[in-house]
Amino acid sequence: MADAALDRLKADGRIVVVGASLAGLRGAETLRDKGFKGSLTMIGDEPYEPYDRPPLSKQALLGKGAAERTALPRRREIDAQWRLGVAASGLDMAARRVKLADGDEVPYDRLLIATGVRARPWPNPAEAELDGVFVLRTRDDGAALARRLDAGPRRVLVIGAGFTGSEIASACRERGLEVTVAERGDAPLVGALGGVVGAVAAEMQRENGVDLRTGVMVTGLEGDTTGRVRAAHFSDGTSLECDVVVVSLGAQRNTEWLTGSGLGAGPRGIACDAGCRAFDIRGIVTDDIFVAGDVARSPHPLFGYQFLSLEHWGNAVSQAETAAHNMLSESTERRPHIWVPAFWSTQFGVNIKSVGVPSMGTEIMIAQGSRAERRFTGVYGYQGRVIGAVTFDNSRWLQFYEQQIEATAPFPPPFPTVDRRPEGQKPLPADFPDPSVPTHGPTITLSGYSPADRRMTFTPAGH
Amino acid sequence: MKQGILSDILDYSNRANPYPLYEELRKTPVFHDGDGPYVISKYHDIQSLLHDPRLSSEARNLAATAGDPLAESEDEGAAALPPSFLKLDPPEHDRLRRMTNRPFGPPHSPHRIEGMRDDLKGIVTGLIDNLGDPARIDLVDQFAYPFPVTMICRLLGVPREDEPRFHVWADTLAASLDPDPDADAKERDKITHDARMELGMYLAGLIEERRKNPGDDMLSQLAAGHGQDESMSTMELLSTAALLLIAGHETTVNLITNGMLTLLRNPDVLKQLRETPGLAVPMVEELLRFEPPVQLLPQRTPLVDIEVRGVTIPKGSSMWLILASGNRDPDRFENPDRFDPYRKDIQHLGLGSGIHSCFGAPLARLEAQLALSELARRLENPRLVEDPPPYRQNAVLRGPRHLQVTCDGIRP
Repeated sequence: MADAALDRLKADGRIVVVGASLAGLRGAETLRDKGFKGSLTMIGDEPYEPYDRPPLSKQALLGKGAAERTALPRRREIDAQWRLGVAASGLDMAARRVKLADGDEVPYDRLLIATGVRARPWPNPAEAELDGVFVLRTRDDGAALARRLDAGPRRVLVIGAGFTGSEIASACRERGLEVTVAERGDAPLVGALGGVVGAVAAEMQRENGVDLRTGVMVTGLEGDTTGRVRAAHFSDGTSLECDVVVVSLGAQRNTEWLTGSGLGAGPRGIACDAGCRAFDIRGIVTDDIFVAGDVARSPHPLFGYQFLSLEHWGNAVSQAETAAHNMLSESTERRPHIWVPAFWSTQFGVNIKSVGVPSMGTEIMIAQGSRAERRFTGVYGYQGRVIGAVTFDNSRWLQFYEQQIEATAPFPPPFPTVDRRPEGQKPLPADFPDPSVPTHGPTITLSGYSPADRRMTFTPAGH
Repeated sequence: MKQGILSDILDYSNRANPYPLYEELRKTPVFHDGDGPYVISKYHDIQSLLHDPRLSSEARNLAATAGDPLAESEDEGAAALPPSFLKLDPPEHDRLRRMTNRPFGPPHSPHRIEGMRDDLKGIVTGLIDNLGDPARIDLVDQFAYPFPVTMICRLLGVPREDEPRFHVWADTLAASLDPDPDADAKERDKITHDARMELGMYLAGLIEERRKNPGDDMLSQLAAGHGQDESMSTMELLSTAALLLIAGHETTVNLITNGMLTLLRNPDVLKQLRETPGLAVPMVEELLRFEPPVQLLPQRTPLVDIEVRGVTIPKGSSMWLILASGNRDPDRFENPDRFDPYRKDIQHLGLGSGIHSCFGAPLARLEAQLALSELARRLENPRLVEDPPPYRQNAVLRGPRHLQVTCDGIRP
């Protein structure tokens, strides 16, 4: 039975999308696909139409594709008013208006927030300002870094060996540049994949000529008299001459503009229900504000209903499609966003893919292949069930393990595989760092408490 | 479920249209009768099983195959070469496939297939130029058959002057996969055996020659070997070359012939293809769904008891995955029995999936795209002489034996 209000919304309602990147674009396209004929406004703080980010740390750094040419393909015409190059600066939930940095205000009937994340900057602002110090998140970042690598620096320092940092190091080596990677954890990728797999990633880096330094922090960057970076100092007392520094310390969620709005937004993202409807700060679900992509955090039944924030390409697409569908649907027709996290990376010629939440795993078993050959499938276990999996050059098997995660299959897997070699016989401790020790950070953040945890006592005020 | 459905599928009288049988089969998604194979016919089940590491492709893991009419006879395996990577599990499969892929595709040879486009076009043009009387064309014998053999000669580096001899062996071996039940079995086996021996000796000689004087063909590059995998042994190389030869042409012949037959039955699409050659790309995908050249995979067996839709399939059982049935599963595709080259949702099983997914897929696609768009462009008002055409004996690698076409002329 059609709801008259919903029909009116579809015919001549106003929908505003804040965030003109992957999630924002796919959300807008889905709205039009679902028959939304009203006015659509796309707000983005960058001056560019939506573009794709994965190539920025891969092809663009290798000079195989310009950072300026990664515009996202359009699935369909979206007929939107574009407000590009101007950031959203505030939200008035009662009046249903988005405030813009240029003082303008845009009214909405339904709002989709997809403001994503930004690169975590170098903590010392003066040092971050030095010429030659970069982060890599945006198209401009990618173009600037690629130009500097083209100029042939003598040594590049990458701070942080997460996926982005490792991809940057890989691109530098492929270009024949000298590169040092400094990582506070014990190995690259350790926050996302643990120490067992991190050790393989470390070998890959070293064999490819990366000067990898682990268990070490960069304590300061030093510039010359012209303001160009010339050296970095480490916590072990050593220092290193370098003329390019890439700060790759993970991401921060773009939620500051919502401060004081009453929406349940904070440093961990915007909390929402499984249908992408945002919560307000009282924990009450809104029915006109939806969130999608890296900035959203939503409960997931496969992972104990903990709130997951995912910095994953596929999640942005899928969550935006779900949010758009739900924006235009009756309550009974809404569907949950319960995407199984999935992620890929390419570095040092190796294709790395993961599914599920490896970082929840306490154990890992190499179910297929061999670490020595850098072709393997690692399966992560948590409380006797399969919770995640990773493949190095072995991705054709990954679908099976995704189904195992969905089916909450037992861990360790009780069956032989077509490729069980001696090292695959038994589980090992997955060796994730203590969460209280900062590393580059995983691309999946678990930010809720499991109902099994009893770590909080709740005492309502006034009782 | 009526009994004997598997023998119906293998029965030649159902060759022209096995799809109603598959529809019947899908009512029992895991079909098993007596000591016969476990037959899987639904899209999602097949797709999952193709990625299931508990499923082996190696014949030695099969317990008994008495009830499997598609099981290979033992002496065939004993007399011939070691198994090709098609019939091996990791890590041997991965190593051989990886080495074979090195001179064939990305990342090491990303431009090999695209670089063959002009060559392929030249072969297609030459074959169409020589079709002769436009009123009497057999598209199989005159086009779809010679095309891939010529192609595989170029790819492997078979010298032009040896092509005629090579063609004879290739034809004989291909024919052995498609036995005529009325012929004298003993005589046929001898001919096949001799052809295999002669081809093997010829290839061995060619490999020796290429080791001394390498060219840029695949045999030279395979013989040379690279990187951490070292090189293939001569026996491995022979198995691999034989696999490329047989797989490379058994399947492409049928893809092209099934394609032309489908186009002639859908004249509106044929006309659109003539006007928009770019339609060939999505059209070949739809063709791989609608009439896949490999109808089913009979070579899988579980290493442990596995459960599919509540049915336990015991370790060592013989299994058939009916790709062609999955491709027409209404739970996966809308209007599955409709040939629609504009279909958006087209993730078919026509080239398999998982680690054994079709090795030659990029070449097969390009060959079919070029062949069908050129035939559509050049044949003037083509018509089928016989519908359905006579089919080949083989139920697994299914396609017409002849495709008699008549047309008003051949455009330049």
